Amino acid sequence: MNSGKKPLLEVKNLKKYFNVGPRQTLKAIDDISFNIYKGETFGLVGESGCGKSTTGRVITKLYEPTAGSIYYDGKDITELDRKEAQNYTKKVQMIFQDPYASLNPRMTVADIIAEGIDIHKLYRGSDRQARIYELLSMVGLNEEHANRFPHEFSGGQRQRIGIARALAIEPEFIVCDEPISALDVSIQAQVVNLLEELQESLGLTYLFIAHDLSMVKHISDRVAVMYLGAIVELAPSKELYKNALHPYTQALMSAIPIPDPEVEASRKRIFLSGDVPSPINPPEGCKFQGRCQHVMPICREKTPELVDQGDGHFVSCYLYNK
Amino acid sequence: MAEKLLEVNDLKVSFFTYAGEVQAVRGVSFHVNKGETLAIVGESGCGKSVTVHSLMRLIPSPPGKIKEGSIIFDGIDIISLSEKQMNEVRGSKMGMIFQDPMTSLNPTMTISQQIMEGIMRHKDVSKKEAFEEAIRILELVEIPNARKRANNYPHQFSGGMRQRVMIAIAIACNPMLLIADEPTTALDVTIQAQIIDLMKAIQKKMNTSIILITHDLGVVADIADRVNVMYAGEIVESGTLNEIFYDPYHPYTWGLLESVPRLDMAEDKPLVPIPGTPPDLLDPPKGCPFADRCKYAMVICKEQHPEMTSCSKTHKVSCWLTHPDAPKVERPLGGMKIE
Repeated sequence: MNSGKKPLLEVKNLKKYFNVGPRQTLKAIDDISFNIYKGETFGLVGESGCGKSTTGRVITKLYEPTAGSIYYDGKDITELDRKEAQNYTKKVQMIFQDPYASLNPRMTVADIIAEGIDIHKLYRGSDRQARIYELLSMVGLNEEHANRFPHEFSGGQRQRIGIARALAIEPEFIVCDEPISALDVSIQAQVVNLLEELQESLGLTYLFIAHDLSMVKHISDRVAVMYLGAIVELAPSKELYKNALHPYTQALMSAIPIPDPEVEASRKRIFLSGDVPSPINPPEGCKFQGRCQHVMPICREKTPELVDQGDGHFVSCYLYNK
Repeated sequence: MAEKLLEVNDLKVSFFTYAGEVQAVRGVSFHVNKGETLAIVGESGCGKSVTVHSLMRLIPSPPGKIKEGSIIFDGIDIISLSEKQMNEVRGSKMGMIFQDPMTSLNPTMTISQQIMEGIMRHKDVSKKEAFEEAIRILELVEIPNARKRANNYPHQFSGGMRQRVMIAIAIACNPMLLIADEPTTALDVTIQAQIIDLMKAIQKKMNTSIILITHDLGVVADIADRVNVMYAGEIVESGTLNEIFYDPYHPYTWGLLESVPRLDMAEDKPLVPIPGTPPDLLDPPKGCPFADRCKYAMVICKEQHPEMTSCSKTHKVSCWLTHPDAPKVERPLGGMKIE
């Protein structure tokens, strides 16, 4: 589908390990590769500890990768000099999960939003003021909010402030790290619709990280499913939900309750036994082997590759990679 | 006819703060039958947690206070009990599962000690018998190697396992009513599915009544028999599972159902958000609390509070649209399929 286009962001064999003790390595990301194309929303889903947030943080240069490369517009971001790095951080912004913890309580909304503008020296004086007002109205707040402090706002409004801050320096690419998880259902829809409108009007590209598959399906064009630091399946979002191939994706989707009593009553659930194993010194081979009901001897020996099964539907599983 | 285990009448709970009186629960009435699951849904701050904490008299006082109303549980008037008498009810006849399994277990006590605590408090058993009973319950909640793991501390358990321990503590004395306050919110979906399944199995085995608080309508569709929808400290609609999902009358219920995306929908409908935010309960509006966010709001909605109206024997709604003189509104989700 996207074969002819050049990707905006190219992640190649990315690894991020953390040293957590003598001879103990936490493999948060263990060799993942994917491309994100201009103007699309790329969803990254998985359970806690699967490495999805770490991926977002490596892309925004909050973490240095252990190995692998990330190309943005053809340039490897791990090898930028200081000036190029500043230029890169201007193009790539992040919206954080917790709207209560990610806004400085001692700064006014105007100063929070304008922090990036000031660092990159984009606007001054009355232009700066005008830009702040413009951003506030873009996210559905108004001018009188500019001089207030974060504690005066509700969760949904705070997330709007976080979005305004991310938009302030006119980025091209935004990493949304669980932007709606901390919000109430009725407010989640407001924020998701806002993100979609902004994408359309500003031509943004999103990496949308979340654990809520129904919301990721709704907002994303393509979705990657992560498990224990690896991508197990990657497909266009409709295709993934219609035709999930990896046993983990199938179990994950069957675990999500659907708000419809009759559908719920007739559904068959695939129960996964046990918990996600620790990413500290994970097993050789396929990461999912310990909980997979189709496990074969080969799964314990070698990590399966992420192989295209046609139409951009990639899966990393020996059931398909004969 | 089903037997009522719990009956709550016109319950009002307020918190007295420096800023004034926060009316967290403003006159709710509902009942729970024996062996059934009642779900209470609503957004944060709608009073659902305060309501169930009041049932167990767990509201810190001061600043909280049960101002009015009655709670009749198994023939006992809960509000009139002394603290000592209440201690006999808590844990033995009513059990509670809290939201966050990470913080609601005591980190300095072993798992078995925490389960035995309730058993020894309420039953006349020796320490050894209580320990055996604790093992039996740990097996019931499907903790592998129960005997070995009983002497572990909470930090040695994963989130899902801790929630199983929480359930074990709650059901240790075979309670008639199990109150689960967002039991799966802090868990991953695959673990959530395990816990919901476990709660269903326990209910079947012990014929326990369950009050489940959640904001996840999917979980409700999976486990509940009846549903109360709460908004701004009031029950705005209550009915059977099918009535709430397929024949809802209150615009807030419509809003809740339309604002969540569904995994099983082939074509994506745009989400319909509910504009605005809930009212401030320091100074609640005198009319319908949802009027400010309701696109069907009429003049009367802001002036006068709507009465609870019955749509069927089991289905009640508090909305002016059900008044005979109200304009007819095309219900976006009404009358879908109902037998």
